[in-house]
Amino acid sequence: MHALYMVLIDPFVQMVSAPDLFVQTIWEGLVAGVLYALIALGFVLIFKASGVFNFAQGMMVVFAGLTLIAFQDMGLPAIAALAASLAVMYLLALSIERVVLRPLVNQPDIILFMATFGITYILIGFGEMIFGGEPREVNTKAFFLPQGSFEIPILGGFVQIQKIDVAAAVIAALMIAALGFFFQKTRIGRALRAVADSHKAALSVGISLNQIWVIVWFAAGIVALVAGIMWGARSNVSFALQVVALKALPVLILGGFTSIPGAIIGGLIIGVGEKLGEFYWGPLMGGGIESWLAYFIALGFLLFRPQGLFGDKIIERI
Amino acid sequence: MFYREAGQFKTTYPSDMAIFPIAQDRIGIGIILAMAFIFIPLFASDFIMSSVMIPFLVFSLAAIGLNILTGYTGLISLGTGAFMGVGAYACYKLMTIFPGVNIIVWIVTAGFFSAAVGILFGIPSLRIKGFYLAVATLAAQFFLQWCFVRIPWLYNYNASGAIEVGTRTLFGIPIVGPNATPEARYYVLLCIVVVLTWIASNLVHGRIGRSWMAVRDMDIAAELMGIKLLDTKLLAFAVSSFYAGVAGACMMFLWYGGGEASDAFNINQSFLILFMVIIGGLGSLIGSFFGAAFISILPTILKFGLPAIGVPLSGATAEHLIHITVGGLIIFFLIVEPHGLARLWQIGKQKLRMWPFPY
Amino acid sequence: MDASVHHKTSTLAKGDTLLAVDNVSLAFGGVKAITDVSFDIKKGEIRAIIGPNGAGKTSMLNVINGFYHPQQGRITFKGETRQKMRPYVAASQGIARTFQNVALFKGMTTLDNIMAGRSLKMNSNLFWQLWRHGPAMREEVEHRRVVEEIIDFLEIQAIRKTPVGKLPYGLQKRVELGRALAMEPELLLLDEPMAGMNLEEKEDMSRFIVDVNTQYGTTIALIEHDIGVVMDLSDRVVVLEYGRKIADGTPDHVKNDQTVIDAYLGVPH
Repeated sequence: MHALYMVLIDPFVQMVSAPDLFVQTIWEGLVAGVLYALIALGFVLIFKASGVFNFAQGMMVVFAGLTLIAFQDMGLPAIAALAASLAVMYLLALSIERVVLRPLVNQPDIILFMATFGITYILIGFGEMIFGGEPREVNTKAFFLPQGSFEIPILGGFVQIQKIDVAAAVIAALMIAALGFFFQKTRIGRALRAVADSHKAALSVGISLNQIWVIVWFAAGIVALVAGIMWGARSNVSFALQVVALKALPVLILGGFTSIPGAIIGGLIIGVGEKLGEFYWGPLMGGGIESWLAYFIALGFLLFRPQGLFGDKIIERI
Repeated sequence: MFYREAGQFKTTYPSDMAIFPIAQDRIGIGIILAMAFIFIPLFASDFIMSSVMIPFLVFSLAAIGLNILTGYTGLISLGTGAFMGVGAYACYKLMTIFPGVNIIVWIVTAGFFSAAVGILFGIPSLRIKGFYLAVATLAAQFFLQWCFVRIPWLYNYNASGAIEVGTRTLFGIPIVGPNATPEARYYVLLCIVVVLTWIASNLVHGRIGRSWMAVRDMDIAAELMGIKLLDTKLLAFAVSSFYAGVAGACMMFLWYGGGEASDAFNINQSFLILFMVIIGGLGSLIGSFFGAAFISILPTILKFGLPAIGVPLSGATAEHLIHITVGGLIIFFLIVEPHGLARLWQIGKQKLRMWPFPY
Repeated sequence: MDASVHHKTSTLAKGDTLLAVDNVSLAFGGVKAITDVSFDIKKGEIRAIIGPNGAGKTSMLNVINGFYHPQQGRITFKGETRQKMRPYVAASQGIARTFQNVALFKGMTTLDNIMAGRSLKMNSNLFWQLWRHGPAMREEVEHRRVVEEIIDFLEIQAIRKTPVGKLPYGLQKRVELGRALAMEPELLLLDEPMAGMNLEEKEDMSRFIVDVNTQYGTTIALIEHDIGVVMDLSDRVVVLEYGRKIADGTPDHVKNDQTVIDAYLGVPH
């Protein structure tokens, strides 16, 4: 009886009795969610345009972040470092297309998925060799990113908000808007959507698959770079991020693998759900449930809506 | 010329349905077993035994387990490491609670605990397919890993959080613990692997294997033919996790000899075994051995082989090189032969059959 | 195949109603696939379902073997009425089928594919399966014998151990028929068994269909676009258009029906 009370009622009592704390938890969840969403966005881009489930996206975030930091260490000014990092991400996209995707065209999805595992491993080995294994911090000042925090009085208490988080949210929103525009309104965007539907059909109307793939992997690289900067500005960039990046998977499950708004909303739901769970229910189980809660939230959703939040109902045909 | 089925007529269905219908194959398997049981223990050094052969066998077992699930039934799992962990902890608890019973019994029994957990996490597989299922198994991976750390009962409240292994014997010979020789541990492991491989081969060649593959190739058609999807998938999860569990128990007790276990069964372990299965060949038992050999021996070769021939290599660089090499090889093999080493093996056999003629 | 292999479980005599479809309607969201269709299949006959593309023919087969669940209407098979049933139950009651786009198990050999068709009839337990001895092996041999008879019947001995993914299309269709026959069905549903075949392959397939029907008395429901084949093979024909039944009767009757002619040739509206 007592256990039931602790699980089913007490957390809600706490939420109501300290509403400012509740809001603070939600805010932190939203912030974490924006970062998950940024990683998930990279997944969605690639999946939409090439049907490849890119396992390496998390590693690309780490790699992009570390590249930027390395260029800054070499004394390059921020803008130059950014440009150089973009160039590196472009080269990465180009070589992935050349070495991995082109020879594997028309292979089953699972094979391509496995190939991205290979990319992950190469990036890990390569990255650690060049950048070393230590966590690094992004120099936020150089990018004119705000530092510090402010407090908002709310519901009889205070909610503390990091300025960098607000900046992250704004930048993420801008980027999503830009991507949406790119996909819906430009010629390349239309070609991307065509490729997503069918490789063969796209080829037959004269769309160059190779070119599209480079573009889309480069776009995912840009998203990765932004995610890397944001992450690096909040805490630091390290190879341990790879495991955190796996949380983009439950986000994708919620939002559907092909929906950009889905990735955002899924990210926010997972972020908030995870933080609330950890804060209010975590202590009952000895803490640390953040490591798996996201997957269970996604699993719960899947059992009721196997097609994700924004997916269409799947009609099986034979 | 020497390897062909010509002249070997089958007059009964059982002889045609034998797992090695060609006489040369049977001789080959005999030679391999003789090597494994007699020559390797006779001639291999302790180092080869404990750093090459034992890891190879443990990984082979785990790879067979995952191959049953992913290769034969077509269900991707990223939770093999955790299922191995369940086996290791179950074995640890069992041997602590019932110290009188022989450890080998508990190593095998641990597999059943792992199988039960596997079934539990396999239930969503009825509604969830493909990548979605991979995420479901990630839930298992992270949840179980969390349990290994947060539930001190599992590691007997040891202050270190590690599994502590005392000496256990079979017929008076220590097989587990600090006093066990690599030979003794190797023999126990080898027997387990041989028996379980034989059973796996029986399963995949019979009715159950056919229904697994039917579900993999065309689940809707399989259902319309009266194959129960949930039962088939859950059985695959159970058998697969059983193998993983036994492999995990073997890993902890016959290879590591105890230690910080929660770390040994992390997500990277799951990936590593997935690589073995892919490089070895999905849906091939012999491929599981190839893949395990490749991935478990490669690091040892890079780490010890290169310095031996004069290439200086620090520990960290070796690690990085291993990552790059493994990653590169995965891509390489997917491009040249998506069906893995097992397919190369088959092609080789086919060539041998025709030899000396090209066609 | 000898008679003991193809034994019949039902007590229905030739000409009794084996399957009755009553007022079945099926919709996906707002799209109506089948609207209020009724017809019956009598034991021992070859019943053709024809109609232009998108008429709901395949959906009808999917309803009959439990893959789709109709919103309205009833299906009565061997005197038992049901509205919803799992495909597994349909299979175990004796409904087998082939598919429009070959749905074979591509990674398995011809032999294994047809053996898989025996799944429902194999029941040795896990314990014996582990050792592949005793009952498990006996069962395997016994069913192998049946499967070999089907292989002989369909004249596919040479491809027995070839993975079906490597076979040409015509042979794949034949293997698929073999897999359905291995279930010893009482009602065999064939979804465009001759689509994409050349004349010779069509002749072979027609011969197999007639042989299955006459030698073993298997009732057959057939979707086919080749009207010549339909008219030659079938005893009775159902014509669907836009999910509705527009004609039902003997081939001659249907051939001269004005609505059918309009549906196929088009009429100026």
